[in-house]
Amino acid sequence: MGRLDTGIKASRLSPAEYAANFSDLHPRLENHEALVASDRCYFCYDAPCMTACPTSIDIPLFIRQISTGNPIGAANTIFDQNILGGMCARVCPTETLCEQACVRNTAEHRPVEIGRLQRYATDIAMEQGKQFYARAASSGKRIAVIGAGPAGLAAAHRLAVNGHSVVIFDAREKAGGLNEYGIATYKSTDDFAQREVDYVLSIGGIEVKHGQKLGRDFNLADLTGEFDAVFLGIGLAGVNALRTEGEELEGVVDAVDFIAALRQAGDKGSVEIGRRVVVIGGGMTAVDAAVQAKLLGAEEVTICYRRGKEHMNASEFEQDLAASKGVILRHWLAPKKIIARDGRVAGIEVEYTELSEGRLVGTGETGVIATDQVFKAIGQTFEASGLGHLAMEGGRIVVDADGRTSMPGVWAGGDCVVGGEDLTVAAVANGRDAAESIHRALLAGAQPTAAVA
Amino acid sequence: MADIRNNFVGIKSPNPFWLASAPPTDKAYNVERAFKAGWGGVVWKTLGEEGPPVVNVNGPRYGAIWGADRRLLGLNNIELITDRDLYVNLREMKQVKMNWPDRALIASIMVPCEEESWKAILPLVEETGADGIELNFGCPHGMSERGMGAAVGQVPEYIEMVVRWCKQYTRMPVITKLTPNITDIRKPARAAKAGGTDAVSLINTINSIVSVDLDNFAPNPTVGGKGTHGGYCGPAVKPIALNMVAEIARDPETYGLPISGIGGVTTWRDAAEFLALGAGNVQVCTAAMTYGFKIVEEMITGLSDWMDAKGHRSLDDITGRAVPNVTDWQYLNLNYIAKAHIDQDACIKCGRCHIACEDTSHQAITSFVDGVRHFEVMEDECVGCNLCVNVCPVENCISMVALDAGALDQRTGKNVDPNYANWTTHPNNPMARQAAE
Repeated sequence: MGRLDTGIKASRLSPAEYAANFSDLHPRLENHEALVASDRCYFCYDAPCMTACPTSIDIPLFIRQISTGNPIGAANTIFDQNILGGMCARVCPTETLCEQACVRNTAEHRPVEIGRLQRYATDIAMEQGKQFYARAASSGKRIAVIGAGPAGLAAAHRLAVNGHSVVIFDAREKAGGLNEYGIATYKSTDDFAQREVDYVLSIGGIEVKHGQKLGRDFNLADLTGEFDAVFLGIGLAGVNALRTEGEELEGVVDAVDFIAALRQAGDKGSVEIGRRVVVIGGGMTAVDAAVQAKLLGAEEVTICYRRGKEHMNASEFEQDLAASKGVILRHWLAPKKIIARDGRVAGIEVEYTELSEGRLVGTGETGVIATDQVFKAIGQTFEASGLGHLAMEGGRIVVDADGRTSMPGVWAGGDCVVGGEDLTVAAVANGRDAAESIHRALLAGAQPTAAVA
Repeated sequence: MADIRNNFVGIKSPNPFWLASAPPTDKAYNVERAFKAGWGGVVWKTLGEEGPPVVNVNGPRYGAIWGADRRLLGLNNIELITDRDLYVNLREMKQVKMNWPDRALIASIMVPCEEESWKAILPLVEETGADGIELNFGCPHGMSERGMGAAVGQVPEYIEMVVRWCKQYTRMPVITKLTPNITDIRKPARAAKAGGTDAVSLINTINSIVSVDLDNFAPNPTVGGKGTHGGYCGPAVKPIALNMVAEIARDPETYGLPISGIGGVTTWRDAAEFLALGAGNVQVCTAAMTYGFKIVEEMITGLSDWMDAKGHRSLDDITGRAVPNVTDWQYLNLNYIAKAHIDQDACIKCGRCHIACEDTSHQAITSFVDGVRHFEVMEDECVGCNLCVNVCPVENCISMVALDAGALDQRTGKNVDPNYANWTTHPNNPMARQAAE
């Protein structure tokens, strides 16, 4: 087998190439690099970076702590606001959050490397097994958390800190949610997601039940009776369909499944990839799938997005990363039909699109891109059952600012709620804030009230 | 092209940049390299008297403080005078001077405070062809414990006495190097002048402990678990040196006494500032020890280019030009009123001006206007203190703008008085002199 074999094949590259391709995208800063990088922080008053962070980490303070040789103190500052600060340091689109807000951009178009500094501090603290939090005296209250993703873990940790007992129910074999299954391999190497889960759970008082799927193994109503409160951090389990001819063909794959399988594969060489790959979509998932297809040895990888570059959800940084890896980014192209040969994908017919009076329409001009494999990355959808009569809007759970749902005693946060931002860091903020809200409600001793009727 | 040739008490050098007496000038090898690099002169590392030379510690001799990106801002050392044999030094000095007749070569000397010691060494030095001598009355560590260096420089009577001996026993120009470890720098300068010195040079290093090793609870540099105070130098000491140079330059008793300026000279600009405050030339050490001898190229071209741009033809056009503008606080014009002004186009909105003013000064800078981050000076609160200018990370973003005569000062509600008026005549001053009736 060789790298240019047609069809969908494994082992296109040498073991050394796989190792290099799936190593850390941005390795941790060395001590000296961290000092130089932290020296650039101006310690702004009412710092814009802090305002831009969904979890409101005190960025100027933690960077100053790094600059004075106190990375442990810096990690404490970070974890106070965001217990998943290690993963956020790796996956946050900092170029559109804290680093975009950095005042250094104004003068010199180069922000302080906040994300990498955050990773530096959190890595050191986690490597040393440094625990900053102890559980408060037991409250005697039990809380169920559904979903062991970023929102659920953040909620569970904060609840545990406040002395409550937590049981997390998760459908998968491993905790972490998208941190474990949904993030490009080169952003979270060395099994970091699991190490972080272990770090979070080491506070104690949190039990994780795996293989427990809402709607299959239990219903929400089962929990509301048994627990003092419930937090839903169930994410978006479904994916959108292309609804085009040939979607059922072998070789048409959901990008999220590809990404998850690749993350779980011990030997990346065992993962099959087409010689030619087309990715349909314009978000982070599309970029993650396309880049990793290239890293697996695909000769030609094309992202087709039905709108313009300026409409892509993938950040400028992600688009540049894809381009730097040799991914071809094409815009204003919509899939029309997947073409088969011998029952397998052979190509995709696409149609040019344009905006006409604000609506996306096909121009009638079509073409065919030869491909062995098609990845669908056109968005995830809310998909859950067993929730009963929970108020929904636009297919997501309605919550108030504290994360309270329409059902008394039930809170929710992360991607599954209305206004969910599809961001790890936003999910963490939701989980943390909901936990505080639950704590306040339990402390008040009153029956938690519903936010929405 | 500006003429930067230097004539300091008759000692000529192609430029005013000399290397100070220190490790870089300890032997012929280094000095030859320095001259090749373009240095105008060197003050050879301090010679001691004949006999077994001093010894240095064999552990660390230097400590430092750093700024951003580990830029060296201050250096301290516990090295003593040359630890090489006197005759080895003298032989090398003679050879180097022969090889480089156009460069200045000064011998720094420190011997016991006895007439015979000075009488003995001066002819030996003179025989090398050195252009002059510098009396090391400044070294603050080690040698001062033995009654030399700063121990002499702190007693004006000793300075006068030793300078007198030197003027008596040699025809070489005498430069008296002063220690800053003294309350009033004018006293030793006056004593040196009274003894007949041709010039003074200053500052020598400042008594200092640069840092403490918090694991071992010992000062740095730590030698076998103990540390001692060392001599502090480098960019951090420049402000202290500039003030001391200016004090001597404007003291009526020492006015006109040639000064060789030393203390944190790192760039041409530093050198120009020393010259402006009355120095005839400058001596450099830490900058060379940090970056190597090549920095003199930047100093030479920088000074020369600046002089060309400003129309200064020779060093005489610069030396002492700022001295008349150094005055006592009591003579500053209290009717001069300035207000900070923030250039909104240059502002990067870091907010440091606001928090500095709000927390520690006069609450005169906004942080929020109409619901957005916005930093602007409130003239009715601004006292013109300049703190915001100094903490702003963007050069020229905040400037101090003087109010015109007659303009309204919104803080006091009074119009700016066009007349000069200082504290000596201010009504709040109980000692105020009555205006002549």
